[in-house]
Parts: sequence; structure tokens; C-alpha cells
Amino acid sequence: MFQGLWKLTWLEIKIFLREPMGAVGSILLPVLVFVVVGRLMGGQITPRLIAGAGFVRVGLPVLVAVMIALNGVLSLVTIISIYREGGILKRLRATPLRPQTILTAHVLAKLAITAVTMALMLVAGRRYYPAGVHVPVFGFTMALLISTWSILSIGFLIASIVPTARFAQPIGAAILYPMIGLCGLFAPLRTLPPALHALARVLPLTYAVSLLQGIWKGEAWSAHLGDVAALIVIFAICTTLSAKVFRWE
Amino acid sequence: MGVSLGTNPGLLPDLRAARPVIQVSGIRKTYGATVAVSEVSFEVGEGEIFGLIGPNGAGKTTTMECVEGVRRPDRGIISILGLDPFRDMYRLQNRIGVQLQQAQLQKRIKVWEAVVLWASLYSKAVDANRLLEQLGLAGKRSAWFMTLSGGQKQRLFIALALINDPEVVFLDELTTGLDPQSRRAIWELVRGIRNRGKTVFLTTHLMEEAERLCDRVAIIEHGKIIDIGSPEALVRRHCPVQTVVLATGNALAEQHLRTIPSAETVSRQESRFTIQGRGDDFVTEVIHCLSANQIRVTDFRTVLPSLEDVFLKLTGHLIRD
Repeated sequence: MFQGLWKLTWLEIKIFLREPMGAVGSILLPVLVFVVVGRLMGGQITPRLIAGAGFVRVGLPVLVAVMIALNGVLSLVTIISIYREGGILKRLRATPLRPQTILTAHVLAKLAITAVTMALMLVAGRRYYPAGVHVPVFGFTMALLISTWSILSIGFLIASIVPTARFAQPIGAAILYPMIGLCGLFAPLRTLPPALHALARVLPLTYAVSLLQGIWKGEAWSAHLGDVAALIVIFAICTTLSAKVFRWE
Repeated sequence: MGVSLGTNPGLLPDLRAARPVIQVSGIRKTYGATVAVSEVSFEVGEGEIFGLIGPNGAGKTTTMECVEGVRRPDRGIISILGLDPFRDMYRLQNRIGVQLQQAQLQKRIKVWEAVVLWASLYSKAVDANRLLEQLGLAGKRSAWFMTLSGGQKQRLFIALALINDPEVVFLDELTTGLDPQSRRAIWELVRGIRNRGKTVFLTTHLMEEAERLCDRVAIIEHGKIIDIGSPEALVRRHCPVQTVVLATGNALAEQHLRTIPSAETVSRQESRFTIQGRGDDFVTEVIHCLSANQIRVTDFRTVLPSLEDVFLKLTGHLIRD
């Protein structure tokens, strides 16, 4: 069923890292920005500040995580549309590779790169967060992977609709980035106008942020089963939809 | 070959093949309001090189992709190695090799990575290193796909089409965009595939390619097959007139040449004669006439009609138009 999956996944990771902007853009740059910002703020982050609720304590790491996820999704949208336009998808399809294997390989490749970026970020971040602050590295990375996986399905939907590779990046960005404003990170959901509130309830990012914030704060997974369930439902809906509208060429 | 299907055998094309491995019957495919192919029927016999020829946009690729199972026809029946290409796609894929027109690989995939990936997808695979060597790609093993020349890319695609030791190989516009030298090298490769007992189904809009490579061809235009047969048979059927051009200073030449039984017209331009006639003996009769009458010639050329002429005759225009 999934013959060739691991080989293709590994190959796609290698190919992605060979892109001029691949390794640098998606792994090194975020970590670098994080380190530079950390240095600039060096010393300002005190255990007292961390202890207070505030944006620096929870908002910032979650925002960074969300940006990493969206970065991965955008890159997936771009790659899929380039592959389609260039006839690569068509060529792969004329092999015993199943369509779902090709898509799964891309999802796994993106998740792997997201996980590596996140891990590096946490390692780099350690230096700037005072000792004694407990960071749930594993749980947070897991939460990010679940979130990314769900948002990737929206990426597929976008990749299914965009006409050419040229438009993939801008259209993807135009759809994905406004979600950041609605996800509850900057303004609590209940303060939004009813229409936007309703919209926020169906966006995966809202649940992703809720999950990421909770896990970062040290809350139990059991308190966030609703978020995980919502992410899975969104994944199922988007995957089904994109399977219907996906074009291989 | 050449089993007639109906009551007026002379008008029916050779659409039967000996021991067919591909049978296509009455397929039709439309894209919106555009009819890409309609009523297309033909058979491809085991071990032959069969070419679908016609201008760009005639329906060659659509037909081939329907047979490969990449595209589903709206109507009609296709059987390949006794299987239905759409329903039995995954079973069939182990037994066929495909080279698609305008396909690409990932820009930065290495040659060996592509071949190894492909090899891992099939239930059986030939030795990848030997295959690359046979196709002259051994030196490019570690090169990125994007750095290969047009000819090297095509050879890689042939390698990928052959990796599973397929029984039937599909080659779509294989040599388009290649220089004459690479083209000839690829023809040699395709003959090699046939000589190993495999069946080759190709499309081309190059008449020279079809003539030199194919055992049988089907001419397709506007989505319909006009005629099917070996290149020689098609030429004989549609362009039976042969031409001999010769130059001689012999004053009596014209008089003698007009006595050739199979000659239909003799025209003269100063010392240059153009003789047209038909029949298998025509050229021999011209030569016989020359030697019997001791006519000394300084130039002698036969101009035989080609598939290009057949195409022109059947469609009223050149294939390149």
C-alpha cells in the first residue's frame, strides 16, 4: 500500500535541503532570528517576568511555533504546485506509487523539518530563558506536530486550488497569515465580533494555539482533548475535500 | 497482420496485429467541448515497434495516456496484456514502462536516487548500475536532474521506463527537442529494446523517426485514425508513384525512355529527365532501358515517396503545418 514511502520521504527531505532556501530558510533562519531577538532582550527576561502571565511567557513561544508551522505549510503548497506544473506529479503517478503515498511523504518530510527546527529553537532558547523555568520540550513538539499536520491539510486544499506555482506562495500566505490575527493569540476570542468569532471557531490555528499555549503552560493533555479532536476533524474534512478537487496536472 | 475485418477489405486499414498485446477499440475522450480522440481502434503486436504519428494536437498523447491508464477514456475498450489499464492499473504497472511527454523530475534529485527510488517501487527490477551504463549515464550518476542536457534527461526517462524490465514500453515524443545526433542514439536504444523481445508503443510527429524506427504506424489526425500499416505498405497504398531523375547527353534518350512499359510520364529539362511510374518493376525497367540502349548517364537518382508524402496525401497538409 505504502511501498516506497520511506524512500520517497527521505528523498524529499534531502531534495528540500538542497534548495538554496531550503535548509537556510526553514531551519537556520528562524533559529537565527530567535537567537538575535533573545540576545537583544538578554537579561530582560527574568524569572519574575516569566512567572507573570504576559506575552513573553506564553505568547511569544507559541507565535514562533505557529510561524514555523505556517512556514512548513506554505512551503508544501509551493512544492506541490511546482511539482504539478512541472509534470513531476504526473510522472510519479505513472508508477506504482499511490497518490496517498506521495502526499504522505511530503507531509512526513514537512513534519520532520518542523520538528528539527523546533528542537533547535528550544535548544537555542534555553540560553535566554533563566534556569529553573520548566519547558515541556517533548509535549510542546508533539503539540506542534499535531497542529502542523492538521494545518498541512489546509495546505493541500490550497495546493489543489491554486492555478500555478507563481500564485501558490502569495495565495497561500493570503489565506494562512490572517489566521494568526484570529487565533486568539493577540486578542482573546470572546472579544472578537460575533462573525469573526464564528470564523475563528472553524480555523485550525485557533485550536492549535489553544493546544500549544496549554502544553507550554504545563497543562495536561487531557485538558486539551477538545483541541486535538478539532484538529483531527479539520484534517479529515480538508483531506477529503482536497482528495475530491486535487489535480495531478 | 492484415486480416481483413469486413466485406470490403481494400478500404480497411491493418488494425489487427499478430499476437496483440495492446487492443484498443472505439475509444473516445473529450475535454469539455473539445473532442480529443474519437473512434480510435488499433492493435499492437508482441515484439513490434508501433508508432502513433500525427501533428501536435492530433490526439497522440491522449490516446497513449488512455492506454497507460493515466487517463480514462469516456468510451471504448482497452486491453493491455489482457488487463484493463484503469481497473488493473497497479497490477499492470509492474509489467509496463512509461515515458511521459513533458515530464520532469525534482530539480535536485540525483540520477542514481531517481533510479534507486524507481527500482524500489516495482516487484522486480534490473540492475540499476548496468542500466545507467547501457544508457550512457554512468558518468552522470551523481548529477542533479536540473543539470542534465535534454538528451541525458530523455535517456534517464528511458532508464526509468526500463527499470522494471517491462513487457511493454510506452515512449511519448521521445526525441522532441533533441539534436540529430542524440536522436539517432535514442533510436538505436529503442531498437535495442525491441531486440530484447519487448513491445514498444511510441508517438512521434517526426515522419523520419516513424519511418526508420517503426514496424507499423497509425496515422492520427483530429482525433481520428486515418490509416494503419507498415511504413512501406502505407507508401505503396497511398503514394504508388515513384520518380527517377537522371541526366544524360544522349540525344535519343527521351525516345527510348518513353518506351518503358511502367513509365507514366517522362519530362525533360535540358539534359535532365524526370520519369514517373508505378509498380515494383519500375526502377528496374528504367535501368534495363538505359543499359539495353547503352545510354550513358552522369546522374541517376530515385525519389521514393515517404511517410511525409503519405501524410500530405491523406490530410492535404504537411505534418509540420
